[in-house]
Amino acid sequence: MSALSDQLVTFAILAYLVAMISHAVEYALGNGRSARARTVAAPARELATVGAGSGAGPVDAGPSGANPAAAPGAAGAARRDPGRLAGLIGVGLTALAALLHLGALVARGVAADRMPWGNMYEYVLTVSFIGVAGWLAVLAKRPVLRHLGLFLTLVMVLLLAFAEMVLYVEITPLIPALNSYWFVIHVSTVVFSSGIFLLGFVPAVMYLMRNGYESGRRGFPYDLARRVPKAATLERLTFGLHAFAFPVFTFAVIAGAIWAEAAWGRPWGWDPKETWSFISWVIYAGYLHARATPSVKRNVAVWIAVLGFATMLMNLFGVNIFFEGLHSYGGLD
Amino acid sequence: MAIVDDPVQAPPQPPHHRPNALLALLRNSWRQLTSMRTALILLFLLAVAAIPGSVLPQRGVNPEDVNGYFREHPDLAPVLDRIGAFEVFGSVWFSAIYLLLFTSLVGCIVPRLRDHVRALRAVPPAAPKRMDRLPQHALLTVPDADAATIAAVLRRRRWRVRVTGDEVSAEKGYLKETGNLLFHLSLIAVLVGVALGSWYGWHGNRLLVAGAENAFCNNRQQFSEAQLGPQVDAADLPRFCLTLTDFQARFLPSGQPESYNAKVDVEEFGRAVRPAEFSVNSPLRLDGANVYLLGHGYAPIIRYTDRFGQAQTTSAPFLSKDGMLTSEGIAAFPDANVDPATGDRKPDLQVAFEGLYLPTAPDAPPFTRSEHPEERNPAVWLIAYRGNLGLDAGIPGSVYELDQRQVRNGQLKQVGEGKLLRAGEKWTLDDGTTVEFLGTEPYITLSVRYDPGSTMMLASCAVLLLGLMGSLFGRRRRVWFRVLPGGATGGAPSAGGLPVDPAAGSTTGGSSLVQAGGLPRTEYPGFAAEFAELVAEVEGRRGPDDARDRDEKPEGAD
Ligand code: HEM
Repeated sequence: MSALSDQLVTFAILAYLVAMISHAVEYALGNGRSARARTVAAPARELATVGAGSGAGPVDAGPSGANPAAAPGAAGAARRDPGRLAGLIGVGLTALAALLHLGALVARGVAADRMPWGNMYEYVLTVSFIGVAGWLAVLAKRPVLRHLGLFLTLVMVLLLAFAEMVLYVEITPLIPALNSYWFVIHVSTVVFSSGIFLLGFVPAVMYLMRNGYESGRRGFPYDLARRVPKAATLERLTFGLHAFAFPVFTFAVIAGAIWAEAAWGRPWGWDPKETWSFISWVIYAGYLHARATPSVKRNVAVWIAVLGFATMLMNLFGVNIFFEGLHSYGGLD
Repeated sequence: MAIVDDPVQAPPQPPHHRPNALLALLRNSWRQLTSMRTALILLFLLAVAAIPGSVLPQRGVNPEDVNGYFREHPDLAPVLDRIGAFEVFGSVWFSAIYLLLFTSLVGCIVPRLRDHVRALRAVPPAAPKRMDRLPQHALLTVPDADAATIAAVLRRRRWRVRVTGDEVSAEKGYLKETGNLLFHLSLIAVLVGVALGSWYGWHGNRLLVAGAENAFCNNRQQFSEAQLGPQVDAADLPRFCLTLTDFQARFLPSGQPESYNAKVDVEEFGRAVRPAEFSVNSPLRLDGANVYLLGHGYAPIIRYTDRFGQAQTTSAPFLSKDGMLTSEGIAAFPDANVDPATGDRKPDLQVAFEGLYLPTAPDAPPFTRSEHPEERNPAVWLIAYRGNLGLDAGIPGSVYELDQRQVRNGQLKQVGEGKLLRAGEKWTLDDGTTVEFLGTEPYITLSVRYDPGSTMMLASCAVLLLGLMGSLFGRRRRVWFRVLPGGATGGAPSAGGLPVDPAAGSTTGGSSLVQAGGLPRTEYPGFAAEFAELVAEVEGRRGPDDARDRDEKPEGAD
């Protein structure tokens, strides 16, 4: 079972990699297509230009960015459009990879006879699965966001490869302190909310690039955002995901405090892990605040969200690796 | 931060205006402090200020690490210490930030609370004259329209409704602001809970070796380390005694611990002795205190027989150094070699053993590390010392280490080389005295705690979560309906400029035109859909799909 899990992880990485390549192909073809399309018949041209957010105007005022009906592949143009095809293949492969990923988690859980989040390797595996599952759910609701797939799969490949190469540990049962149902509640909600924060991080970064693009900036990295949805759409998505993840994360931290009381006698002890959760919580609270404050610009608010995610990463990797504390259950020496 | 630029432009003030200027300054500062922007900056500062608390060792978390830091950075550490860097979360600057933040919070909440209570008691405002200026609007034909029926539809959907003549105003989603206020109020309540805990709470740590002779009774002197809140008197501690009767630890072949279980006899004041069990994750909950299992180890039982043939036995807890429970400690016999006939003490004939205990000793030397935490092949490596242990000097020494000053100044001398003893083995020293290793007793380390703020913290955390969800997912919005006079058709131009639905022309005399408008007061992408549904219901047809926003579906919450 354990070996099966390891193999499935490898296959999942490969699938994410191929999905990423497909998305990249779509991306590349898409750029070319909008140039070609301009020389073709007028209606087609309009569609393509709007859909691609072509660089002609300083601001892409086209409504299509937010509107699935007018998304790049409307009607006839789609069938002949290899870029769109590549994109759809990318989505299909992402779904396949997610299935493999899920299989790996289940196999690992069965092999260990417990929830698969007892050490950092399993933790990253689970968080990233939540992220990709959330991504597929969002995509089902708003197909127009498909272009973000490139970045999502990139993040997935990096995370999983990092987990596989750096964090991998053999299966062991839990140490006694982790053997509690509050542990299951705490960790599952932390994992879940981290997955959603991870998912929210993608549109947040895309928003920052797209926002720059829409206000006329060109060159790296703004050009990357030429074909992604409109900044306003991305911003709303960013907010929605964070607003969803934040209460879950809050609950997770509270559950952790309840667990810590039972295990160590104090609900909160400023152990490095606790300290960094506090930091993340405060930063994300700051993001929600900033977004509700009229005098704070939206891109400043989104930067705070990005910073929040950086603190989550710090908590996940940095704290387990650099600091010593009660929570150091990473499994690495 | 925004700049307060009043004094610059103000003309020179006559002296008697000064108090006003001061007042204005105060008022301005208060306004600044309670602004969302300031709250944001303070939140950010709070996060930044917490970082050193994770980077530098903290006394509250691990005092030994702090001492280690002092040794490694003898120049830097005292400077850092002076600015509170080893007690970040109790430092002046950290406290200043959160106190300012909470002051800002109170200053922000109180007026909002007042406004919200007012809004909750107020009726929804009258309909605007021109509904077509609202983000959502429609003109509908409703058979037998009257305001009361429309109001009933809205009430059924839990809108707060006001009917004035032919107009219906309705509002919904007060939960958002209620939730937001509850959330922020419970933040304060959490802080109050923390404060209660630190004023009226106490805790103490100690080590408890198995056996009735080692029983522990709860009082301050019995703790190796204790902290009482400023409002707690040592005499207030609840009275109870604990005896460790048994301790079980299970390990995997790799040495990783799998489970712990401690069995104790508890005697609470005025009650019969009762057995109890506890372990990591399930503390022993007593009246007025909880007992937590923090760690465990072995206490080798050492018997020393002195020159007069007097035997003394001690079970000395050894502190574990690694995951395999290689443990270090001392067994001291300050009363050794006291002449039983005369009671004559010879301070230079006290005896102590420095020991290294290996629950699973390797088969061959070096005997420096245990191979497994279970006692599969227990052995203790002892080094004997004779001389003055230095216990009378009045300086409290460690019970786990010999007083090295005595060794250095030659008053305490090592006797021979060290020796490895297995259970039951005896070693005869140069003066004919003997030392025996009889086995071990388990010991546990405990934390005994009382935190009167915990219930409050838990309750306010629950409210906090509920409030947060209400606030994030609640949506405040208003709708208005106006039944136009004249009943039937053709009222288009006077109907607030709304285009008339062609279908309306064919209505019979029993129908009337109704203007409807809707205003989301917070960001709410699904409002169009909800409005369409509402309008459809008022019209008496339930087919909201035709009006549904293609991009945004309603998010479900109201
Ligand atoms: C103790 C520090 C604080 C924390 C952790 C905090 C946290 C939050 C969070 C997470 C939200 C977003 C959720 C929601 O909409 O309710 C929020 C909203 C809000 N906070 Fe705070 N807050 C703090 C202090 C303050 C202060 C000092 C003020 C006033 C200056 C304030 C005013 C507001 C307002 C007005 C909103 C509602 C924004 C909206 O319209 O959605 N908060 N706060």
